[in-house]
Amino acid sequence: MTSAITENPGAAKPPSGPQHKGHHPWWIYFTFCTDHKVIGIQYLVTTFIFYLIGGALATAVRAELATPASDLVSRELYNQLFTVHATVMIFLWIVPAGTGAFANFLLPLQLGARDMAFPKLNAVAFWMVPPAGLMLIGSFLIEAPGSGWTSYPPLSLTNNQTGELIWILSVLLLGTSSILGAVNFGTTIIKMRMPGLKFNQMPLFCWSMLAASALVLISTPVLAGALILLSFDLIVGTNFFNPAGGGEPVVYQHMFWFYSHPAVYIMILPVFGMISEILPVHARKPIFGYLAIAYSSLTISFLGLIVWAHHMFTSGTPSWLRMFFMVATMIIAVPTGIKVFSWVATLWGGKISLNSAMLFAMGFLSMFVIGGLSGVMVASVPFDIHVHDTYFIVAHLHYVLFGGSVFGLYAGIYHWFPKMTGRMMNETWGRLHFVLTLVGFNLCFMPMHWLGLQGMPRRVAEYDPQFATVNLVCSIGSFLLAISTLPFLYNAIHAWIAGPKASGNPWNALGLEWQTTSPPPIENWEGDPPLIEDSYAYGSKPGKKSVTALKGSDLWKTPV
Amino acid sequence: MQGSTVDTSESQVLVTAESQAHGHDDHEEHPDFRIFGMILFLIAEGMIFLGLFAAYLTFRSVNAIPADQIPERELLLPGINTILLVASSFLIHPAEDAIKENDVKAVRKWFGLAAVLGVIFIFGQGYEYSQLTFGLRDSLFASTFYILTGFHGLHVMLGLGAIFAVLWRSREPGHYSAESHFGIAAAELYWHFVDVVWIVLFLLLYLL
Repeated sequence: MTSAITENPGAAKPPSGPQHKGHHPWWIYFTFCTDHKVIGIQYLVTTFIFYLIGGALATAVRAELATPASDLVSRELYNQLFTVHATVMIFLWIVPAGTGAFANFLLPLQLGARDMAFPKLNAVAFWMVPPAGLMLIGSFLIEAPGSGWTSYPPLSLTNNQTGELIWILSVLLLGTSSILGAVNFGTTIIKMRMPGLKFNQMPLFCWSMLAASALVLISTPVLAGALILLSFDLIVGTNFFNPAGGGEPVVYQHMFWFYSHPAVYIMILPVFGMISEILPVHARKPIFGYLAIAYSSLTISFLGLIVWAHHMFTSGTPSWLRMFFMVATMIIAVPTGIKVFSWVATLWGGKISLNSAMLFAMGFLSMFVIGGLSGVMVASVPFDIHVHDTYFIVAHLHYVLFGGSVFGLYAGIYHWFPKMTGRMMNETWGRLHFVLTLVGFNLCFMPMHWLGLQGMPRRVAEYDPQFATVNLVCSIGSFLLAISTLPFLYNAIHAWIAGPKASGNPWNALGLEWQTTSPPPIENWEGDPPLIEDSYAYGSKPGKKSVTALKGSDLWKTPV
Repeated sequence: MQGSTVDTSESQVLVTAESQAHGHDDHEEHPDFRIFGMILFLIAEGMIFLGLFAAYLTFRSVNAIPADQIPERELLLPGINTILLVASSFLIHPAEDAIKENDVKAVRKWFGLAAVLGVIFIFGQGYEYSQLTFGLRDSLFASTFYILTGFHGLHVMLGLGAIFAVLWRSREPGHYSAESHFGIAAAELYWHFVDVVWIVLFLLLYLL
């Protein structure tokens, strides 16, 4: 092919066996299948359905907040709506979509492996997700949890106990699934790289998944521990977290945030990796600062473990501890800034094609920077005490999780859809989707900064009438956001059924996953995968694959 | 095995036979990495205990449990239990060396001895529970005590389950060999893990 892609010297196995031929039938997606590509798509579709459900709940929340009085739903139902909304979005959409869907689909393809290290374990991990999700959604039929996704005791011990137990069971199941997934990803990345592929040649997505998997392994079990204690308080009547019986609710907060702060990095690191993959392809430039991006993922992973108490500045945390957590939190801006500047430098002077994947990647970049800036603001103790539990936090977290993670996940879907399905998505619908999402998102969440600074508290169904106009704007933005999924859904379903066929390498990319057919065969490659020495060698280096003459959006029409 | 088409061309059949001779298919669990995966899983397991230990230490230190709420703990029985569990960890260790010599009989002996001590430990723990003067809900200390020892006891029982599974499977000659003995290595590793957790737990719950 080219000098960037050489024959693999350590050729391991001949193409073998009748099971290695052809593709899976459609019904395989409804079965316990051990193929990582099937599991990846199972994760993606399942979590996207949960995303739509979580979005419907969010729309209901915003509909209630369109007027100051709680006239649409009762206060109790409002509490349940935002509780389940947050739990679904975090545990059933962003975490499993980033670490489940894309990691499963991409890791073996990028590492040159035939499958994950433990395929059965992988399938077991996936099949924990649908029951956990159905249990959580189904709780509306009995009694939904209503103590917020944080489930702080003592509120969670007295409020909607049945719903609380369902919530605990569901989150425990999802946590277990997440841990089993991380065991698989860690082993696959460390042990299953193809012969000759060094750590420092790995695609950046693999680096970010390594960092995210370490976080899952270290932090998720502590949440499990907290939930075990909480369920004992609920069922047996122990008093771990109940101050009335001598317990200490702040211990729950520490254990909860020891997971839930790293969880935001579990949600954003895979997306960081995806953005690092997407930008060079559509800007036709090598990634800027490969090693800096790779190691900053590990730095974020480490720092992410020692900043959790910045969620607890108003929980009676002693001031010396607040000082430590404030400084540690602000330091995270450094590795994150390294990434952001590297991405901007990657775009600088590139031949940028504004297709849907690139639009969402750039949308991610700009929205995430806003979320990152407000993140540094709320890291500062005096400021945080002012805005704690206000809409400023709601604005901040949605800029990071929606403007960051969800924009990134959409970019990933547009970028890898051809590889997953063998079909191209429609660019016009994709761009419409992007514009609607960007406008709806900013209309919905940008004004919340102001609401928060003015002191509007979060998690309350009613508010002061002076905020009515701004809240109406937010609600209109959220409806626009809901509508924005329609062109995407139409596009994705239509493309999957009847879209134009995609070639193996529609973007003319250098990544290993693109050097096979779309969708890849069951064994990922016919024969051995090629060894890619530099999967970001776009354009600049002499002798490497010259694709500078081509524009990303048009590449798939051009014969390679 | 995936797919439904059967290709009968000669080369295909040959390769299939070869890959079967190698003992695994690419979509099966990767045998070489199971211990590595197990270690990653034990890191996660250890973090649950670390989280619970941290909670206990916070209960004891930051908003200290009043001294009169911390009952005297009998040390003799848990002390004996500690010795038993540590001894069983030493007893199970030679098994992996033995299987590398293909000596399944020795494996059964060492695993059997470890299992006996493990079972005594569980019964000892049960007896200790029956003799304690405090119940699960009596105080914050009592709750933490039962949760930690109980959660550890659950892990001992899981470890015993693994040991008995190895004993059961090893009846079949050739099930474990010098080349293939993941079950033995995993059960042993898990047993060591349970042992280490107990030592920390003993120091924190009984001696602190």
